[in-house]
Amino acid sequence: MATETIAAAESGMSPLELEEAGKCIDAHGGAIGMPQLCVDWMGNQIFWLLVALVVIFFVLKRVALPRIAAILAERQGTITNDIAAAEDLRARAVEAEEAYNKALADARSDAQNIVAQTKAEIKAELDEAMAKADAEIAARSAEGEKKIAEIRANALESVKDVAKDTAEAIVAAMGGKADGKTIDAAVASRMKG
Amino acid sequence: MEGDVVQMGAYIGAGLACTGMGGAAVGIGHVVGNYLSGALRNPSAASGQTATMFIGIAFSEALGIFSFLVALLLMFAV
Amino acid sequence: MATEAGAAETGHELVFHPMDQFIVKPLFGDGPVGLFTVTNVTLWMAITILATIALLVLGTSKRATVPTRTQSVAELCYGFVHKMTEDVAGKDALPYFPYIMTLFVFIVFSNFFGLIPGAFTTTSHIAVTAVLAMLVFLTVTLMGFFKHGLGFLGVFWISSAPLALRPVLALIEVISYFVRPVSHSIRLAGNMMAGHAVIKVFAAFAPMILISVGVGIVVTPLSILTIAAIYALEVLVAFIQAYVFTILTCVYLKDALHPHH
Repeated sequence: MATETIAAAESGMSPLELEEAGKCIDAHGGAIGMPQLCVDWMGNQIFWLLVALVVIFFVLKRVALPRIAAILAERQGTITNDIAAAEDLRARAVEAEEAYNKALADARSDAQNIVAQTKAEIKAELDEAMAKADAEIAARSAEGEKKIAEIRANALESVKDVAKDTAEAIVAAMGGKADGKTIDAAVASRMKG
Repeated sequence: MEGDVVQMGAYIGAGLACTGMGGAAVGIGHVVGNYLSGALRNPSAASGQTATMFIGIAFSEALGIFSFLVALLLMFAV
Repeated sequence: MATEAGAAETGHELVFHPMDQFIVKPLFGDGPVGLFTVTNVTLWMAITILATIALLVLGTSKRATVPTRTQSVAELCYGFVHKMTEDVAGKDALPYFPYIMTLFVFIVFSNFFGLIPGAFTTTSHIAVTAVLAMLVFLTVTLMGFFKHGLGFLGVFWISSAPLALRPVLALIEVISYFVRPVSHSIRLAGNMMAGHAVIKVFAAFAPMILISVGVGIVVTPLSILTIAAIYALEVLVAFIQAYVFTILTCVYLKDALHPHH
């Protein structure tokens, strides 16, 4: 009521005249009261609101929402596919690793076999060579012993001769008459003892 | 002269109506504060209750807006 | 404060017109506003429609699996409302998702475009929000009776309460049910109107420096800073009110789909 009075004073019209004119704005284009409560404008707003809502609703329902739903579903599908592919690749990687490990184990056992075989061969060769060498050594040492025995025999013989000669000479120097047989016996007994 | 008294009453009433907005402020502070203290106790449940908090804010804020509306009506429409 | 309108002619006076921004004007000419007159309401609703089409139709026209920026926003918007519908109203509310999305998109765009300086905020008018709220109210009520028959009245009969209390609670529930569209609409319109009017009031203080340099040197920067702060708050409110309107629609829809507490 208060504002009506004031607005009426400004526009030079009485409140009744203003009300009859159905105006919600004063002479200066300012609002009289709350524009939200101006009944004259409500029909216009409601009409355009309904138009806008219907347009937006059909745009969304017919075009936008199905499209966005399709995009999201497609993305979900792509992601699922990618995950499946990744899973597949992972399985293959595991398989490859297993094969690699198997090859490694095989190679290791092969290598061990070869090592053992080679070791055995070398050992056989070594044994053979050792046997040969042993035989040679045995033959050589037998020969040497024989020679040593010969040399010893010769040396004994020489010692006996020297002893006999020496004994004869000593007996003769003592003025005795050396009996060859007695001297031999004596030398023999001394050499034994 | 009579109009002036009515206008004065309307403006005083508008000012008084605006105090209602303080109540709405207290209410919103209460809602959010309680939400926050609950959220700090159990952060894992907090995200699920954000919507409820906003509904609570909306309800208490609406009452503040009502008092603001009363103030506007007194100033412009009575 | 239409009272100061006359003083504007003297030049340097503070002029308060916080409600003038809500005036509905014909776009062409000066005639009266009839039912089909093309007004600034028409203009800003058309801009809302165009923005909707630009974001949700043109933005997604490439159908890219790796989205562009606009398409991400469109998908974000879709996902936000879709999740809200599903979480709050339940899976069987999904047929109503286009309707809820329409409400959300319309309100959020109207609110944001209303924040452009000089723009007209369609959602600040009670006539507009009342229609939106009545549409929700009628949809929910009719759908409830259509789906559950008289069983829908179970929404008022709280069977978990003690028997003696139930009639009282039923009365309260009935009242609150019919208050719903009122609070639903006034919340949105009131928030929008309040924010814009407050900005306008502070804007009226800004030319204080033209009247008195001594007072103006404090008041003018202060009011401009306050406008900036309230504007930031209004950006937040613009989104939150659209969110709240939509989520309350979902809550009401849930009541209609599952009326038994």
